[in-house]
Amino acid sequence: MKQDIILAGVGGQGILSIAYVIDNAALADGLFFKQAEVHGMAQRGGAVQSHMRLSSDAIWSDLIPKGEADMILSVEPLEALRYFEYLRPGGIVVTSLTPYRNIPDYPDIDRVLEAVRKAPRSVVVDSEKLAREAGTVKAQNIVLLGAAAGSLILKEASLLATIDALFRGRGAAVLEANLKAFELGKKAALGA
Amino acid sequence: MSHQILLGDEAIALGAVHAGLSAGYSYPGTPASEIMEYLVRLAGETKAFTAVWSVNEKVAYEEALGASFAGKRALVSFKHVGLNVAADPFMNSAVTGANGGLLVVSADDPGMHSSQNEQDSRYYVQFAQIFAYEPSDHQEAYDMAREAFDVSERFGLPVLMRMVTRLAHSRSPVQTREPRGPNELKTGAAKDWTLLPVNARRRFALLLDRQPEMVRFSEESPFNVLKLNESDRSLGVIASGVGYNYFREAMKGEAALPSFLKVSTYPLPESLVRELVGHVDAVLVIEDGYPFIERQLKGLFGIAGKTVLGKLSGAFPVTGELSPDIVRRALGRDPLPAVAASGLPLSGRPPQLCVGCPHADTFKALNKALENYPGSNVFSDIGCYTLGALPPYNAVQTCVCMGASVGMARGASDVGLHPVLSVIGDSTFAHSGITPLLGAAFANTDMTVIVLDNATTAMTGGQPSYGTGERLLRIIEGVGVAKEHIRTIEPLPKNHEKNIQVIKEEIDYRGLSVIVAIRECVQETRKKRS
Ligand code: SF4
Repeated sequence: MKQDIILAGVGGQGILSIAYVIDNAALADGLFFKQAEVHGMAQRGGAVQSHMRLSSDAIWSDLIPKGEADMILSVEPLEALRYFEYLRPGGIVVTSLTPYRNIPDYPDIDRVLEAVRKAPRSVVVDSEKLAREAGTVKAQNIVLLGAAAGSLILKEASLLATIDALFRGRGAAVLEANLKAFELGKKAALGA
Repeated sequence: MSHQILLGDEAIALGAVHAGLSAGYSYPGTPASEIMEYLVRLAGETKAFTAVWSVNEKVAYEEALGASFAGKRALVSFKHVGLNVAADPFMNSAVTGANGGLLVVSADDPGMHSSQNEQDSRYYVQFAQIFAYEPSDHQEAYDMAREAFDVSERFGLPVLMRMVTRLAHSRSPVQTREPRGPNELKTGAAKDWTLLPVNARRRFALLLDRQPEMVRFSEESPFNVLKLNESDRSLGVIASGVGYNYFREAMKGEAALPSFLKVSTYPLPESLVRELVGHVDAVLVIEDGYPFIERQLKGLFGIAGKTVLGKLSGAFPVTGELSPDIVRRALGRDPLPAVAASGLPLSGRPPQLCVGCPHADTFKALNKALENYPGSNVFSDIGCYTLGALPPYNAVQTCVCMGASVGMARGASDVGLHPVLSVIGDSTFAHSGITPLLGAAFANTDMTVIVLDNATTAMTGGQPSYGTGERLLRIIEGVGVAKEHIRTIEPLPKNHEKNIQVIKEEIDYRGLSVIVAIRECVQETRKKRS
């Protein structure tokens, strides 16, 4: 059993928190994992990605070879497109539909979403709206994690336990909002 | 013991702590910063050892060397170019030797994700003629860091650990073991550590004498693995560090592996290399960074009757980071089937200054002030503000190495350029900007230095800065800059006109001026609020 996931987004969108939750859930589930992430200059509003590898067997490369990714999980639709060549035939793209426009030549969003939907399987959620509904627009990353949860090889209980551990220290309201964000993401994916 | 999720950098840090570390020193730099971040956090919790962000890498090295001289186990870490800054004490510490175990961690950045070059620290290892490790995964990073202190104490020499970005910034569980306590205080032998020629000659001879023993130690290290395939002698692989992972990844699902040697220590395990090469017709060398092993294998004349493949032969690109895909291709395996690229032209998304960053306001004022000076030159430095070289600012013309902007401005001014400016952050100024300013102040060079005081080392995540606020102003005055030409501005949109005026006035003054642009990094302000 293995699952290779490219996490994508723009620096500051909370990719590393998604990675943190998946890492800890994987440890709880007794899986091997390696998760290569981006630090440094690119974190300043640049394109960032993290290669997340989960497996019941030992893992060699920290990077996912092209054609091995089972999933692209992106907090931003244009960023999801950047890694299509990593996706295996039949792989799934889970992404937010909200563009992050910090570049002058951002393409037409309809064309971006149309391209996303050309993936073998895709789940596109309005993470911004759902995060607001959950109580904080900052929880878009957790909305997306929720949207991906049904397709992950991780136990949902392990994911929830880590979300709990991650946000408990930041107050009951923040924790509540993130748990709700996860739930709303999950529901949205079922409807998508 | 237990499993902990650690970055490669953190695995080294924890390995060092569990080996009985007494003191760690570093200057921030991607991809090495997380080593000291982790040590500082842990030291804060346990109070069991000292962990310090130093003023620069040379100072960090000397601090660690002093702790080693005193008999304690010490670590110094930095990014690869940090070793350039620390090269003087580094090279000489191979001659003095180490007393308490001394681990030097140098993190290379193949592909230049966050660096000005992709120099390979293994050349420094060869240069200084010391022992080094190159881990391929997190567990090795932890285990090697532990072992390194014993090796350092056994040879009486510093030991280097070569990291690369990919492993430094990858997370994975690590199995940790029982920690041990620190060394007792016990100072080094004065005659070994006082490098007068008479002592240095004796010490250098000793270093050379130890080389065969280091090679033997490398040959016996269980971290180096030789596996021969008796039924296929066509190709053998020598792979080091993460290159080994990509080799194994590419061969996944194959019934048999070609003969291979995994290299994890330097000097090279020579007998193992000979055994592998003797067994096969062609050798493919897989290494992230420069063709260090490949070049040694080939020498000037190559190996008679054998083919050596690698970066020099064109089997891999000579520049950039290795990847599983590149290695797969070099091993002659077809690419995996994959989804086609979307076809939509994807605009790049380069890094940029944060919204509300003080540097943006300084650059806007600077550009405006320079509008009527077509021949102006703005030398700059290393930090978030290097992004001022990109649109929409296009405000600076150089980025070379830490502190270079001040010395370069002086040189350009000396040969007649005007106006000449230097733009440097507060932490970079403390690192290497003060000494060149001392000379420029003595000569009253016609140049204008703008110190961007955002009160932190922002680029690498907000480590302390030693020259900020009042202290910074006193330092500038202390090196001899005339008080009336030390000006301060607050880079905010509302002060735009005023700030332009100040910059213009100091450009028109034909001597040395320093303008300090004071406003905190917005990321730090945010951190304090949350
Ligand atoms: S981290 Fe601070 S200094 Fe760097 S770009 Fe952001 S606001 Fe500016």
